[in-house]
Amino acid sequence: MDLLSKLVAWLTSAGQWAGSEGIAQRLFEHVEYSLLSTLVAALIALPIGLFIGHTGRGAFLAINLSGFGRALPTVGIVTLVFLVSGLSMTPVYISLVALAIPSIVTNTYAGMAAVEADTKDAARGMGMTGLQSLWRVEVPLAAPLIMTGLRLATVQVIATATIAAYVSFGGLGRYIFDGLAQRDLTQVMGGAVLVAALAVAVDLILAGIHRVLFRHRLT
Amino acid sequence: MTIEWGWLTTHTDDLLALTLDHLATAVPAVLLGLLIALPLAVVAHRVRPLRGLLLGISNIMFTVPSLALFVLLLPITGLTRTTAIAGLTVYTLVVLLRNTVEGLDSVPAKVREASLAMGRGSLGTLVKVEFPLALPVIMAGVRVASVMTISLVSVASYIGYGGIGQLFTDGFQRSFPTPVLAGVVLTLLLALAADAVLVVVQWLCTPWIRKGARA
Repeated sequence: MDLLSKLVAWLTSAGQWAGSEGIAQRLFEHVEYSLLSTLVAALIALPIGLFIGHTGRGAFLAINLSGFGRALPTVGIVTLVFLVSGLSMTPVYISLVALAIPSIVTNTYAGMAAVEADTKDAARGMGMTGLQSLWRVEVPLAAPLIMTGLRLATVQVIATATIAAYVSFGGLGRYIFDGLAQRDLTQVMGGAVLVAALAVAVDLILAGIHRVLFRHRLT
Repeated sequence: MTIEWGWLTTHTDDLLALTLDHLATAVPAVLLGLLIALPLAVVAHRVRPLRGLLLGISNIMFTVPSLALFVLLLPITGLTRTTAIAGLTVYTLVVLLRNTVEGLDSVPAKVREASLAMGRGSLGTLVKVEFPLALPVIMAGVRVASVMTISLVSVASYIGYGGIGQLFTDGFQRSFPTPVLAGVVLTLLLALAADAVLVVVQWLCTPWIRKGARA
């Protein structure tokens, strides 16, 4: 329990939180990396999921590619892109975006596929065009599952954004990698606790938004 | 990027050894995860108040960065394969537990009651009726967990049990992309192969679904 008291001391010391290498700054960087990656991933994955969900075309391919994406080893991608493109944030963003895309695509598709054919027929029967049916009927119905995919992706990205520190950038991973190099277990643990706390907090916030947005739904 | 194909042909033995090493960490992790998840899922399925707690804990464990988890296990299990396996097992739980609970939930209450009414005990009903019916959903979880574990093993190269992941560290230190690319491709192929094996296992384990499809 010595480690625990050291950890508490590490987490609560004011000096640890302040400055350009303090926890507050690292937390900010971590959120910045994660948000940007998830946003870019959403911009790529949402249209794909909506398209295959709406048209039913390419579903098999997209779902299998997503499974394939899940198998991509993040450390390998970071290292590879780093060796090819040199020292920049590019390797970090590419690997985090690649990590987030599968969850968003599969959940968006699942949400769209769950919209009943009768409902879509009714929309068309009322004279809606394909696009109107997509935006005014299918997307609203699929929204809860789409949101679940976004939440899952965000949590995964936050937990993995520690790799930014692997290629010498900031974020909370700094404490884990520096702690490893300095054989300072307290620092490693402090970093891990902060990342987990951030992921849980963001997930709770998104769950709250989810509840407010869909409070009129039965499911 | 230039790929040195010559490196690949001179290192096939190493690549094979690393792949086997990779499996020696990944396979026990998934099996152990299943061994823990099945009884926990039964508890979560039957005892409603515990359900949110168990799923919540496994969700939180999932957010701990994998590298940090391995490091935190070091004082307990040391620089051994056990550390790598234990860490990966924790990550499989979130998928395996959720899918097994959902699988058990999907079994209609009437089916369970019918089995009980026919004189089968609670345990017999669980093993002979509920688990088989939940199997497709459970297997879907096993497939996701396996693919995830195979891709995560490489993180354990920091404690020396990364299997194919050793190629990433090696290539990083020498600024040599060929082994890194080989490692990424090898990981993908291994995940694909494992998934195919699991599809076959599921097909063999669910003869009634096959019969249904043919009829």
